[in-house]
Amino acid sequence: MSGQGLTQILVYAVALVVLGYPLGVYMARVYADGRVAVGRWFGWLGSIENGFYRLIRADAAKEQDWKAYSVSVLVFTIPFLALLYVIQRAQGHLFLNPDHMKGVPAHLSLNTASSFITNTNWQFYGGEYTMSYLTQMAGLAVQNFVSAAVGMAVLVAIVRGIARRSGGTLGNFWVDLYRSLVYILLPLALVVSVLLIWQGVPQTFSGHATAHTVQGATQTIARGPVASQIAIKQLGTNGGGWYNSNSAVPFENPTGLSNFIEMLAILLIPAAQVFMFGRMVAARRHAFAVFAAMFIVFVIGMAVNLPAEQHGSQVLRASGVNITQGNGQSGGNMSDKEVRFGQAATSNWAVATSDASNGSVDGGFDAMTPAGGAVPLVNLFLGEVIFGGVGSGLYGMFFYIVMAVFIAGLMVGRTPEWLGKKIEAREIKYAAVGALFAPTMVLTLAAISISTKAGLASVFNPGAHGFTETLYAYDSQGNNNGSAFAGFGLTNLSAYLGAIAMLLGRFVPLVAGLALAGALVKKKAAPVSAGTFRTDGPTFVVLVVGVIGLTAGLMIFPALTLGPIVEGLMH
Amino acid sequence: MRNLVPSVIAIVVITAFFGFAYPLLMTGVAQVAFNHQANGSLIKANGTVVGSDLAAQAFTSPRYFHPRPSATSPAYNAGGTTFANLGPTNPDLAKNMKAAAASILGLEGPYNPGLTTHDIPVDAVTTSGSGIDPDISPANAALQSRRIAAVRRLPLATVQKLIDQSTDGRSWGFFGEPGVNVLKLNLALDRTGAG
Repeated sequence: MSGQGLTQILVYAVALVVLGYPLGVYMARVYADGRVAVGRWFGWLGSIENGFYRLIRADAAKEQDWKAYSVSVLVFTIPFLALLYVIQRAQGHLFLNPDHMKGVPAHLSLNTASSFITNTNWQFYGGEYTMSYLTQMAGLAVQNFVSAAVGMAVLVAIVRGIARRSGGTLGNFWVDLYRSLVYILLPLALVVSVLLIWQGVPQTFSGHATAHTVQGATQTIARGPVASQIAIKQLGTNGGGWYNSNSAVPFENPTGLSNFIEMLAILLIPAAQVFMFGRMVAARRHAFAVFAAMFIVFVIGMAVNLPAEQHGSQVLRASGVNITQGNGQSGGNMSDKEVRFGQAATSNWAVATSDASNGSVDGGFDAMTPAGGAVPLVNLFLGEVIFGGVGSGLYGMFFYIVMAVFIAGLMVGRTPEWLGKKIEAREIKYAAVGALFAPTMVLTLAAISISTKAGLASVFNPGAHGFTETLYAYDSQGNNNGSAFAGFGLTNLSAYLGAIAMLLGRFVPLVAGLALAGALVKKKAAPVSAGTFRTDGPTFVVLVVGVIGLTAGLMIFPALTLGPIVEGLMH
Repeated sequence: MRNLVPSVIAIVVITAFFGFAYPLLMTGVAQVAFNHQANGSLIKANGTVVGSDLAAQAFTSPRYFHPRPSATSPAYNAGGTTFANLGPTNPDLAKNMKAAAASILGLEGPYNPGLTTHDIPVDAVTTSGSGIDPDISPANAALQSRRIAAVRRLPLATVQKLIDQSTDGRSWGFFGEPGVNVLKLNLALDRTGAG
């Protein structure tokens, strides 16, 4: 840990707020009225928008209640699952396949299709030697846009449920989807793509290049339309890499600057959504409090991971090599890490990607120290609510806020309220399902995997670390993250169990969130009185962080003792 | 059913735009404005491609600087990147690091009297994330520089100057860490015509 490294992290945090705030304000305007947001010079965009609704024969003027909205989400998403499956299976016979990739096996295709439609981007394959250009750009990258936009749309609908004081509807799915895609994700993706190409990320339709190396060997160099996909993989908190080693590969992430841009892209929209929420519910101080709660957990992650990685494991220190920072090296645990990033940038990335539901990595998690690797493991398990995935992060946080407000109400003996809406039995039920479904499922599936022979076949590392690999795999898929302790291998069981984890982990909390909004939207606003628990002060921040720790944090603790804690104590 | 028709049409329209038009547009921009980067930052010598700025390749001869260990198969496979994925307590990790350190002591020891394991920078004995990390740390380059100077009969100062020229500093002097690009450095060494 050097001052230089810590300053990089500080600049990152400042940039996140400085860019996230105006974006949040812009997004609130976009969803209120798409045409106002882009200014009077862009009136023609409104015509295109209306043309889209006419073309797909959707009644954009019609408001939907939570049930109709949920049905629209599901009916739109599920056919994409089928399409993505078919593209992978058939890619060997299709065009845009210069390197002659064969059709993807059935179990892997199903796992990957489930992975990309749910914004997970878990990868049981290496992209550069498995997927054709057609599959990557017309299959996977399209899902990077679409799954992100669906999450953003659902969040906006839920926020409307909190904000509205009359009526029973949450907005129109097609409108929210279109505006997320065209007014928010597309312009950002164009900018980030160009920046990445400038820094060195390939963007070509030519097949692999062959080099005749200095010492007389041949080297295959994989490339393709990479930059356009990497830009949206970060912005949409998707995380699925073009290459097997993801953003550790120089072709995805060539420089310190590209690394910073990609890291910023990971948390930019999720951070902006907190400010957008504050505007839409007209409670900016409450949004700042939510932001503060998230920021505290982000800092805790950094404060554990970076020193652990810089200090290195007992085995590394016992090896006797020089791990001291300075004199021309960043030092520390450099296993599965890249020289151009070193410890500070790799650690910053690991925390950001696991706070969000991104899951891209710029260094391997499997090789991290026990304490360092436990940070992403726990971050995922909390449900990725620390800024979180685009959309899904903030509505995941709402579940915890509802519980925190409820507990505060119990303590003072009053009916709890959140932003003027009374929180009663029904809301608590939906919030509990939303917050606790994924952790319960994760522990169950990890237990099944670790206690069966077929499940153990996926484990790569021996001992307690192998247990952590398994737990991380279901933690990552169940919470739609997609990062991995990447030694965990593909089998029939792991492919299908993972697909189930990803689909349920996406849609159960999503529908629970919409149901919660459907319940809240019908409530009359209660006037603020002297007894109302304030949700914009430090007490609220402490309470929310405490509730996150007490629910998901305590659920994972027993499993932590079997994995990283045992491993840390063994040496 | 009322939802299915809009869904199917939307899927077609969205795939056409975001799956084809968007990457095509970006490819057009890239090929015109950043042709070198867009095609993989390939390095050519006498008309043939010898490698890429962004990928390590195998160097085993003592005349060259050596890149970091690689877990890909074969090593430095830029068409099949991978982590090593060895956990911190995996016995293979300790074994591999020990073997790498022993081989470095054997190779560099004769040119660096009194060299011990503690003088070996950690990046020299650990696999990189991609398996094709193009860089080594400046400390690692400094360790190898005496061997290069002796084998190629170059003044150490000349070798040091070439190292400096092949060092990519932090972006904008701030982001990331400095690294020495091994392929660029070795090509520069060959251009001196020495050894």
